[in-house]
Amino acid sequence: MLVVDVQKQLGALRLTVRFDAAGGATALFGPSGAGKTSLVNMIAGLLKPDRGAITLDKTPLFASESGIDVPPHQRSVGYVFQEGRLFPHLNVRQNLEYGRRMSRRTREPVEFERIVGLLGIGHLLTRRPRLLSGGERQRVAIGRALLMQPRLLLLDEPLASLDAGHKREILPYLVRLRDEADIPMVYVSHIAAEVRQIATHVVRLEDGRVTATGGLELLAGAS
Amino acid sequence: MFDLSSAEWTAIGLSLRIAMVATACALPFGIAIGWLLARGTFWGKTVLDGLVHLPLVLPPVVTGYLLLIWFGRKGPLGAFLYDHFGILFAFRWTGAALASAIMGFPLLVRPIRLALESIDRRLEDAAATLGANPVLVFVTVTLPLALPGIIAGVLLCFARALGEFGATITFVSNIPGETQTISAAIYTFLQIPDGDAAAGRLVLVAVALSLAALIAAEWLGRRATVRFHGG
Repeated sequence: MLVVDVQKQLGALRLTVRFDAAGGATALFGPSGAGKTSLVNMIAGLLKPDRGAITLDKTPLFASESGIDVPPHQRSVGYVFQEGRLFPHLNVRQNLEYGRRMSRRTREPVEFERIVGLLGIGHLLTRRPRLLSGGERQRVAIGRALLMQPRLLLLDEPLASLDAGHKREILPYLVRLRDEADIPMVYVSHIAAEVRQIATHVVRLEDGRVTATGGLELLAGAS
Repeated sequence: MFDLSSAEWTAIGLSLRIAMVATACALPFGIAIGWLLARGTFWGKTVLDGLVHLPLVLPPVVTGYLLLIWFGRKGPLGAFLYDHFGILFAFRWTGAALASAIMGFPLLVRPIRLALESIDRRLEDAAATLGANPVLVFVTVTLPLALPGIIAGVLLCFARALGEFGATITFVSNIPGETQTISAAIYTFLQIPDGDAAAGRLVLVAVALSLAALIAAEWLGRRATVRFHGG
């Protein structure tokens, strides 16, 4: 269970957000500039809130009152970025294994094969990221985040950089991920159709504030 | 014509050793200073930048003289290093290496700094979210991505160190077998009546070595760039 209650001044935008996310996929839904990416950056530890607290499964990740600010590498929060951010100097396998190597865990071939199979990237393992298509790149990015065995998975508009065809290619993987991986997901998007397919809960964000929380019914009428 | 005397071989060997030691010892400092200049925000950054580049614009004799004052046997730094670590610079090949390192330092730092500035910082953020602590991020992401710049800096510094003359001769003189590098040997041969042929041979060697270093820099740099960033 993720509990977020933070404040942050971002230029002219004043972000004041409270929400919690249990299992399944929680969508942070709202127009561009609503503060969605800043919010997930705060959950990942890449951006420091001015005030407030972020708690994951009862352990505090951030708490301004007690001065707690766990650095990103100790949060075990997986992050799939909009642009993938694969390491250009490593091949796909090395990208996928990066998280395991950094935390010095032993190899788990079964888990590796399972996730590689789930995402359909087995034939790409020896390639360099620059030789991948946009859709392949995002699938590898998802695999890389999953293989670090995160307690929470953040996905920031993972389909935004893809054309319609590649979006259709990835969506089923995300749905399988939600149903099979058993890791709570926070999914950022401004596209209702996407959210409808993936999310189980919706947090609507506008101008730095939560304007509604609930189920998919919040998307009625939204495009 | 191309029968090198033992004195000439000695000068060539000494030049290579001095340039290699100078570059190897300067490299960690070059990366550290390059990183500070690329990423740091601190008071006096402009001054540091200026100091690093000073040997490039200062007359080499002045650099050599300053080294003599500070790193000589009785100089404040020279005395300290000798008393505590037994390192002696004055009139030794180590002093020539120090002078060469300082003269080559601006050429070492500049490409490293530019490479570090051009790295996509978001890749470092990604590494952090994957569990890499700041040291691991630096070693596994930042350094490899800066490698083309580091290679370029190393080879430019090496080439510069190989040709160093003014600061070296001022600081550690021109002692055959100890501080007489190719440049100093050419200078010496030109001062004696029949030295022209020997000087000419060493000139050719100097041209060949410098050219080889520049071509290697170009080739290695391009290879690393293609490997990491696509052709």
